Amino acid sequence: MFQVRFHGRGGQGVVTAAEMLSVAAFTEGRYAQAFPSFGSERMGAPVVSYCRIDDHPIRTREPVMAPDALIIQDVTLIHQVDLFAGLSSNGYVLVNTLQRFDELGFGEFFSQFHRDRLLTCPATEFAIEQLGRPLPNAALLGGFAALTGEITLDAIDSAIRGRFSGAVGERNVAAATAAFRFASLAKEELTRA
Amino acid sequence: MTSQPVRFYQVGSFAVGNRLFDKENRTVQSDPHRSNSLDSGHRACQGCGEALGARYALDAAMRATGGQLIAVNATGCLEVFSTPYPETSWRVAWLHSLFANAPAVATGVAAALKVKGMQDVRVVGQAGDGGTVDIGFGCLSGMFERNDDVLFICYDNEAYMNTGVQRSGATPPAARTATTEAVGAEPGNVFGQGKDLPRLAMAHGIDYVATATVADLHDLEAKVERAMQFHGARYLHILVPCPLGWGSAPNDTIRVARLAAESGIFPVFEAEHGEVTAVSPIRHREPVESYLSLQSRYAHLFGEHGRPDIVARIQAIADHNISTYGLLEEQAVGTGSNETSP
Amino acid sequence: MLRQIEGSRAVAETVARCRPEVVCAYPISPQTHIIEAIGAMVKSGQLSPCEFINVESEFAAMSVSIGASATGARAYTATASQGLLFMIEAVYNAAGLGLPIVMTLANRAIGAPINIWNDHSDAMAVRDSGWIQLFAETNQEAVDLHIQAFQLAEELSLPVMVCMDGFILTHAVEGIDVPDQSDVDAFLPPYEPRQVLDPSDPISIGAMVGPEAFEEVRYLSHLRQLDALERIPVLAGEFTESFGRESGGLLHCYRTEDAETIVVALGSVLGTIKDAADARRAMGERVGVVGITSFRPFPHDAVRSALSRARRVVVVEKAFSVGFGGVLSTDIAMATHDDDLTIHTVVAGLGGRAITQHSLEGMLVDATNGRLERLTFLDLDHGIIERERDRMTATRRSGPSAENILRDLGTVASRIG
Repeated sequence: MFQVRFHGRGGQGVVTAAEMLSVAAFTEGRYAQAFPSFGSERMGAPVVSYCRIDDHPIRTREPVMAPDALIIQDVTLIHQVDLFAGLSSNGYVLVNTLQRFDELGFGEFFSQFHRDRLLTCPATEFAIEQLGRPLPNAALLGGFAALTGEITLDAIDSAIRGRFSGAVGERNVAAATAAFRFASLAKEELTRA
Repeated sequence: MTSQPVRFYQVGSFAVGNRLFDKENRTVQSDPHRSNSLDSGHRACQGCGEALGARYALDAAMRATGGQLIAVNATGCLEVFSTPYPETSWRVAWLHSLFANAPAVATGVAAALKVKGMQDVRVVGQAGDGGTVDIGFGCLSGMFERNDDVLFICYDNEAYMNTGVQRSGATPPAARTATTEAVGAEPGNVFGQGKDLPRLAMAHGIDYVATATVADLHDLEAKVERAMQFHGARYLHILVPCPLGWGSAPNDTIRVARLAAESGIFPVFEAEHGEVTAVSPIRHREPVESYLSLQSRYAHLFGEHGRPDIVARIQAIADHNISTYGLLEEQAVGTGSNETSP
Repeated sequence: MLRQIEGSRAVAETVARCRPEVVCAYPISPQTHIIEAIGAMVKSGQLSPCEFINVESEFAAMSVSIGASATGARAYTATASQGLLFMIEAVYNAAGLGLPIVMTLANRAIGAPINIWNDHSDAMAVRDSGWIQLFAETNQEAVDLHIQAFQLAEELSLPVMVCMDGFILTHAVEGIDVPDQSDVDAFLPPYEPRQVLDPSDPISIGAMVGPEAFEEVRYLSHLRQLDALERIPVLAGEFTESFGRESGGLLHCYRTEDAETIVVALGSVLGTIKDAADARRAMGERVGVVGITSFRPFPHDAVRSALSRARRVVVVEKAFSVGFGGVLSTDIAMATHDDDLTIHTVVAGLGGRAITQHSLEGMLVDATNGRLERLTFLDLDHGIIERERDRMTATRRSGPSAENILRDLGTVASRIG
């Protein structure tokens, strides 16, 4: 089972992101479960959502306590929320920011982690470029596909198109593709380094 | 065909004698083949105004709909005295659910009829004043606001009679009830409280609102018939004296109801689309004292330790009604039957 | 067709395929997505004929359903938590009148303190109302139970409540098969009422019944629930034949044949419990699971037989009777009648507190080693409680407990789970 936890703020499409990832996994013939952290949070409040992917039916209903990957949609959360709770040193982290991962001020926290599993990606910029709005969720899924290899970009694209019809869907796909390319290159650099 | 104006006051009681009318203009109640929606054998008290009002109203509704009627009843006297298990006095399809929800249940009946394409079957919801102005008001307001196809009738006897005469939001000032006893400096119910439900109904913008009393059968039946010409939410507020709760003689029920109208304390009017369109004018204005003194719930206002000051305050309310609704005007709006008495 | 969709969406589509004729809606989390979706289907004409009525309260929602059902229409509504309590008088009334209304209960805690998250306090508050109460373990089962619920309700002329865990199921997106319209039509015949308001054959419904007959009328309701005990497994069997999967029934047993310890629960937590049971089995402990699907009527015989070989039973409950203890546990004890069987009540998941496999396993280890008390509260923070008790001892005006405890906890947003 591969478990993903999404952190962001109300209004950033955190719940939709988990849902789209689960749909993408489903289209690849896998079992998937997505659910929000069920708050009554208003726009701007910290929000969490979850997605599990497995080759077997998923029975558990507990929140994702030990994620294999974290997608941080809002970089301002990193020193406010206990984002990394339960994350093992084999885990993946994808942060939405223009900064590089090493510039985020984590100090020694990630020293035991695989460096090529820790990435940042300017998803908001990709979204603004394509959609004119700071909605980074679809783009981050493209980045996630490149970072983890748990899902194909094609499946992500199809899930995005299933959620957003017409031009909005295509622009989100474009943002996801841009983020996928960005993350692939970044990961390649880290692997070579 | 020659016509002769009908003189309404030949019977001496101010009632309209059926024998003076052509057959088609006689009341539903005068028809031996009327539906008898609320049949004999029920357990209401002698002189019960509510039993009278319910039979008048539902028989008129039955005639207006050709018998295609479903009635929904709130908990209360009417429900209790009409259906002591295993008997029922209802000869209409009749449903009782709860005290507070009759308007909503009626909405459900109307919705089911609509979905089944049976809109020729009409729905009447009915409750006492407690079930209408107090505990049922939320559901009633919702039904009005959605403009559901229901005629809702309030049989107003101005207190919770079923439970032993406790004050309701329709209890008038100074009236003694079991929870507003006739003691202290301000005996009976206090002034300045209570809901004017017909006005509240009008404020919802529903098509038709009317008031009536059991003293004027023709008027009551005409209003039910008029109400049935509309589809959507409609409201009829009928004053029904309660001998038990009002402390009036059972054989005075009609007289007390008439005095309520003739004193101006209970204005009888019709409103369409939120505007008053007709009032029943007062022919023989009576002081409120004539009305109040027949009822022991006002006994503390009269006699040796009487309170003429309070009677005066009640008279002021009646006077206000008379001027607000124009109840003494010679030609009130839209009233056709304004013949002078002999 | 199997699709990856939200539980609420799947239930809404399924209810629509059951062709309800009157649907009432009053919004309350976490039920909203269901009625929103049905409302859209009615407005677009996809679900027709159907009257969708936005009412002014849950009390009205159930009341409108009562009127519609008594007039021969298939009626549906959904609610949760405070909404269920607000309509409770009409809930009892619908059962007393024997009207086959189907209602989804998106289980949620009851305040105060106000809490929008999942537990089973709402369902337990109406367990004696005369409604049939079916609990769904998964969203697939929630979907399937709704189809069976209409069939069961109308056959017996009793209302049925399908309980599904708020948020945990209603807001979860997973692979769910929403049956085709033709299959639902083949399974569920049109509603043929046992009693109906009809001007051509007028009857009185809702008469006052005194001491001379009230007990008999109530006993008849009980008999009809007992009839439901017979019909529920039969319907589940017919459902399997028609739809090719198992859903519903009185209860589900999981690895109980040789189990020394059996965990009993209602609803979606059974999934996590099964994972925990498998993990304990891998450690050599013989753990099984029984999920109760039909909570009312309560399947005494089936429960007794399912638990007959166990040494201990752990009832995990998302609700409890304050000042007493477990609710479901009491029913289990009644059903088993076995003095040698130890029954533990573990209250868990109140107000949305996550029930984790880790905590469940710890509790099971305690149970196996004889360390589990008869009544425990899973993951209870005793320190917080001691602090508040101290405050209450120290000063008369100690203030509202809920707010004091929140202050002790500090910021909640930073916590996961």
